[in-house]
Amino acid sequence: MEQVKDTQISEHPLPACTVSISPHVKSRESTAKIMWTVNACLLPPLLLSVFIFGFQTLIITLVSVFSCVIAEAVSQKLLHRSITIKDGSAVLTGLLLAYIIPPGVPYWMPILGAVFTIYITKHLFGGLGFNIFNPALIGRAFLVATFPVAMTSAWIMPMNDFSIFKYMQPGVDAVSTATPLYVLKHYGLAALIDKYGAVSTMYKDFFLGVRPGCIGEVSNLLLLLGGLVLIFKKYISWHIPVSVIATIGVLTWIFGGEGYFNGDPILAVLTGGVFLGAIFMATDYVTSPTQKYAQLAFGFGVGAITVLIRLKGGYPEGVCYAILLMNTLTPALDSWFQPKRFAPAKGATK
Amino acid sequence: MSTSLLTFAKGGVHPPESKEITERLAIEKMPLPEEFEIPLLQHFGAPCQPLVKKKDRVEEGDLIGQVTGGLGANVHASVTGTITDIGTSIGPVSLNVPSVTISRDLEAPDKTYTPSDWKSLSPQELLSKIKDAGIVGIGGAGFPAHVKLAPPPGTKVDKLILNGAECEPYLTTDHRVMLEKPEEVIVGAQILLRVLGISEGHIGVEANKSDAIDVLRKAAEAQKLHGAKISIDALQVKYPQGSEKQLIESVTGRKVPGGGLPFDVGVIVQNIGTTKAVYDAVVLNKPLYEKVITISGRGISRPANLQVRVGTRIRDIVQYLGGTKPDLAKIVMGGPMMGFAVSTLDIPVTKTVSGVLFLTKEEIDDQPHGPCIRCGWCVEACPMGLSPNEIGLYVEAGRAADTAPFGVFDCFECGSCAFVCPAKRPLVQFIRLAKQKAKR
Repeated sequence: MEQVKDTQISEHPLPACTVSISPHVKSRESTAKIMWTVNACLLPPLLLSVFIFGFQTLIITLVSVFSCVIAEAVSQKLLHRSITIKDGSAVLTGLLLAYIIPPGVPYWMPILGAVFTIYITKHLFGGLGFNIFNPALIGRAFLVATFPVAMTSAWIMPMNDFSIFKYMQPGVDAVSTATPLYVLKHYGLAALIDKYGAVSTMYKDFFLGVRPGCIGEVSNLLLLLGGLVLIFKKYISWHIPVSVIATIGVLTWIFGGEGYFNGDPILAVLTGGVFLGAIFMATDYVTSPTQKYAQLAFGFGVGAITVLIRLKGGYPEGVCYAILLMNTLTPALDSWFQPKRFAPAKGATK
Repeated sequence: MSTSLLTFAKGGVHPPESKEITERLAIEKMPLPEEFEIPLLQHFGAPCQPLVKKKDRVEEGDLIGQVTGGLGANVHASVTGTITDIGTSIGPVSLNVPSVTISRDLEAPDKTYTPSDWKSLSPQELLSKIKDAGIVGIGGAGFPAHVKLAPPPGTKVDKLILNGAECEPYLTTDHRVMLEKPEEVIVGAQILLRVLGISEGHIGVEANKSDAIDVLRKAAEAQKLHGAKISIDALQVKYPQGSEKQLIESVTGRKVPGGGLPFDVGVIVQNIGTTKAVYDAVVLNKPLYEKVITISGRGISRPANLQVRVGTRIRDIVQYLGGTKPDLAKIVMGGPMMGFAVSTLDIPVTKTVSGVLFLTKEEIDDQPHGPCIRCGWCVEACPMGLSPNEIGLYVEAGRAADTAPFGVFDCFECGSCAFVCPAKRPLVQFIRLAKQKAKR
């Protein structure tokens, strides 16, 4: 853009006017507005976690967010890029990273995950818009690989007595329970009913979020509400969340029980990180396809790989790795599903 | 919104219309300034040869620039006066357009024109009147009308579409012309149908101009002519509804193929202002040297729909309307989506200028752009089914030459992609670069 000054018209001085290429008006949306809206939609699940898992979940989340923001600023400084911490994307990575780690981990753990993922996954690949993988999920994968015990056992049974500072007192061990998916995988449905009550009770509790799990993944209701806000604002479309959730439900129903068509699809989608992953992570603009059909295929892939890991793999939960694996297919999906051109000239299409 | 509104299938955006500033203001005739700077290139093609020299006296409507072969359209004197200079003018995209400067004879009265009967004229005679009057597509492209109205032999044209969509925000010239001169528009359409030897005409108007639709329908009923069936089609309000290819799709369902022209699908499109100019040329024998332009935006003291003569400098218009406001940030010739930002007021109005916008900082967006976050909104918005995000990334990576397979030559630079981009990326600029480097 070029600033030009014009001479005066009689008594009316003409201010310096900008000259640039059309269009001269633009929509009010911006990258920062999108990021901060997603951040806001993610806050209610955190509030619930503070009440049921304790105040330390808030501290873990804040540590994760600040680590990501500082790591972003330092990375950009090291790589001689302009510092863009105000755009909310590092905050979003920090929130999501905290949301997918257990509520009883030590406070230094999210710092490691944040620094690793912001520098390596995001900035070494070119910064915002150029990362191949979802940064928060790589952060989790890094922590699971490095600290497998803490990352797979620091679970807390939901409290209902508002003793939110319990796990912050010295000597109180956070390792106290197992997630529903772990129980189901290793001990079966009977053991699950033993621990969490009848199936109908589990539907209700798990939908509301009263179960052990990662900090931000448990409250399906609040995650769903956040997702509806994003869909209503047209920041995300329904294609990826619906295809992920539907695929996990249908495939678990077919393969997840005794024999075929005997699994419990509702339990399957209400446990683990299905809602958080489907609504807030698989929809990440940078690492998911742009075309609607490609998004449906992407969501199907995430769902199918999740069910495969859950039923046949070594982990009780597979959403994280399913999304990461499908991230690698995003460029291919974008190239397979191109938008329909308006009557292109013969031989002019790719 | 009624479901019966016609529209195109893919893409499109809804920029703030901002038409409320001028849509209720009647066309106002601007008093003539003392000097006119008349460019000899106001059309698609080569500049005209000047037929006058310094110190010559010309009468209003005299031919002063003639096409010398190839594509072009005649240029006429906008006023009676003396030629003071044969030099160059600044245009919105070029810094030196050959031009003729006329110093107005302050005593000379305005030339008057009386209607004549056109119905006895043959299509050939009508076409040559249009050619002599120097009519071009005044919606913006400036394609000579007489060329467009004479499709090559063997092409079968069955529909005429008049473009009254006026989908660009702020602009209200076509709206006011349809509202205040509906008979001229309808008769102009009848003349065009006679020239083309067809009977089916459509006037496509966006539904935000329902008053104009009503008035035109009444006029079409009152001016009925045997052998001419003119329907007024209400179009959904969606940018770029007035783009030629999108308008044809909306009205007929036909799609002009890439690299093709409307007559390839049996259609000829003319703009409302052009149609009014055809009326003037044929019925009044008045060449095209006067037109209605919208002066709008929150940076001008008094917005208006002005009837001005070709060659009037923007500076004179600004002065007439009481000057600009202190928070003016950008001056745009044309609409805000496809118009040209200019750096000076010493630019004359040409046949193809549809408006001049004086935009404040609140109205424009001058935020710096960020990296593409691959949200895909530009892909959704593109009416041509292109992927502006990919083209932008290629251009940024220095690979503009490899962008032809992305369909860059189908892009008509409507700006929908850059309008929706949350990262504020200059996608139209990227695509223009791509077009220069890519091989067809």
